[in-house]
Amino acid sequence: MRAVAAAFYKDVLLGWRGRAQGMAVAVFGATLLLLLSFAVGPNAQTLRQLGGGFLWVALLFASTLALTESFRLERENRAIEGLLLLGVHPAAIFYGKALANWLHLFVLGLLLLPVMVVLYDPALDGIAGVVGVLALGTAGLSAPGTLHAGLASQTRAQQVLLPLLLFPLVVPVLIAAVRATSLCLLGDPMGQARSWALLLLAFDGVFWPLCGLLFGHVIEE
Amino acid sequence: MQCPAPETGPRAMNETRTAIEARGLCKRYGRTWALVDVDLCVRPGEALVVAGRNGSGKSTLLRVLAGTLRPDRGEVRLLGEPVRRGRAALVGHASFTYDALSGAENLRIAARLLGRPSGPTDVQFFLDRVGLGARGADRVQAYSAGMRKRLALARALLQDAPVVLLDEPYGQLDPPGFGLIDRLVDELREEGRAVVLASHQVERLARICDRALLLDAGRAAWSGPATELPFVFQRLEEASIRAVAG
Amino acid sequence: METAPAFSPKAVRGAIAALGVGVLLLAIGWYVGLFVAPPEHYMGEVQRIMYVHVPTAWNAMLVLSFAFLCALAFLWKNDWKWDARLEAAVEMGVLLSFLLCVQGAIWAKPTWGVWWDWDPRLTTTAVMLVAFVGILALRHLVDDPRKRAVWSSVATVISYASVPIVYFSVRWWNSLHQVQSTPQTVDSAMVTPLRIAALGMLFVWIAFVTLRSQLARRRLAQELAPPPFTTATVAAGGEG
Repeated sequence: MRAVAAAFYKDVLLGWRGRAQGMAVAVFGATLLLLLSFAVGPNAQTLRQLGGGFLWVALLFASTLALTESFRLERENRAIEGLLLLGVHPAAIFYGKALANWLHLFVLGLLLLPVMVVLYDPALDGIAGVVGVLALGTAGLSAPGTLHAGLASQTRAQQVLLPLLLFPLVVPVLIAAVRATSLCLLGDPMGQARSWALLLLAFDGVFWPLCGLLFGHVIEE
Repeated sequence: MQCPAPETGPRAMNETRTAIEARGLCKRYGRTWALVDVDLCVRPGEALVVAGRNGSGKSTLLRVLAGTLRPDRGEVRLLGEPVRRGRAALVGHASFTYDALSGAENLRIAARLLGRPSGPTDVQFFLDRVGLGARGADRVQAYSAGMRKRLALARALLQDAPVVLLDEPYGQLDPPGFGLIDRLVDELREEGRAVVLASHQVERLARICDRALLLDAGRAAWSGPATELPFVFQRLEEASIRAVAG
Repeated sequence: METAPAFSPKAVRGAIAALGVGVLLLAIGWYVGLFVAPPEHYMGEVQRIMYVHVPTAWNAMLVLSFAFLCALAFLWKNDWKWDARLEAAVEMGVLLSFLLCVQGAIWAKPTWGVWWDWDPRLTTTAVMLVAFVGILALRHLVDDPRKRAVWSSVATVISYASVPIVYFSVRWWNSLHQVQSTPQTVDSAMVTPLRIAALGMLFVWIAFVTLRSQLARRRLAQELAPPPFTTATVAAGGEG
């Protein structure tokens, strides 16, 4: 527990120090939102309907950059090996990093939200719900993302391998988050958003323990 | 492999328990074997120098002893128990640091992870001990290679481990740094820790260490008292020059 | 980690026998299904693709489950033969999943007029296809045998664990749009040739996976060859 807190502190501190890079990732996400809107055209009605979906697509692509970065810092100077040498349990390293990545991705989502609102013009009364979905959804991206980023960072083609491995895995997160977000923004007459949120919760409940268990295999030699 | 009784060292007659014991170590990287059937044995309070040319397997051996590399064959025991990460402190070629953080912050994180006191004064003690007292607040990004080495040493000292492994400790250090390493090795031996150094500084370490192990292409070519190492090393060099020329 | 598992001629012979049995069963099942069994009421002859599609679906699921078990076995037992089997199973799983998607498209076009109908089972298969292609890519990009084995086992376990959630979420997502799904219920007169074909396919893939894993074992044996233990010490007056 103490080790998880220390590892979390370390990753949050590193994230804060690297905030210039983090802002660049946010700009990348915002650019994606802009480009996607061009694919639709200036039809306000269609844009409003697709805003929730595009927010998550942009977030997903931007997250691969953020996740890759979190391990780049561990690879240079072999810092992660240093952590293991101190006798820190790999699961503690994982949870500290996954929690920090969750925070980073959540903040990234919050930064992209106003961009999406401006470009796609959804109704604003469901925004609180969207923030909640962001929290649950980014948690779903963070755990498998941290695991696979740790794996991919040790290979030759990590830029390609991370998305290739991660995206099929987080399809349920994408589906549920997009549905829940769209329902919050466009109206939810049958109260389904809550069920989608529960699906996200179930996904998190399965993958946070599972990824933590398997992380040790990924960073050991 | 029986540990011979040490002739020198402050704990020569007292300790019969071994601090490090390794048997039949083999390690491969892809198709090449970096270590082949290496045995060694170090007592608490003893210093062993591991010498050999580049690529002879010194770094690999140290990483296996630290528990960070699993050997493909053989076993390592630290203080009688199977090796576990955290029981040995390693100062390697990589500095294990986060460049974006300061030296003091790196140490503070290490202390927190170890459950040791991590206040400013606690960390400062170790920074002073390695001569980084004035530069603790600077980011590691701005450190020279020698300073990174010192920081890595501070981290290893903070770990307070019974076994300390130093891989090329003299590399990148200035002459005062050489003196620092010599002093630290003596201090660690006084404290009853087992020290293993991998180095090319054969003459220097022959004076400081108790015993020596010579590696050649991953195999243990010779082991004996450290004082004899320079002669053995020279003979090995001459033999290889003759082999190339003849 | 121990030495690589040896090549087993007995397994190869068994595999070839299984292949023979499988081809025979497939021939029987498909002959009956494609030429003898009655056509389905509403869809006519197009529906006959079920005799290929359903056995492929069952066997794809079996192969991927087998891959999952191999991955778990490797992580638990650290025995190289499970890595060899995993490699073979993942490749076979990719092949069967790909065939499944192609068959789905072939069925959908004349029936619904579109190549893809977002059927939950098929969509889940497509997602799994991408996931396992990723695992194959991982295996090709990693040279160290041990890391390759451990990482692909980890990725397989995680991908397989996500199958139920993927399926459930796609099905739910799909149900909101009321798209007719691929009919899976089959008339009882058609079940027998179906089962024969499925059994035949089972033998065929077991045969191929066995042969492929033998190839993988041979390669592993080369990669894991033990060091040459020749004496090469320089005696210099000290202990050797």
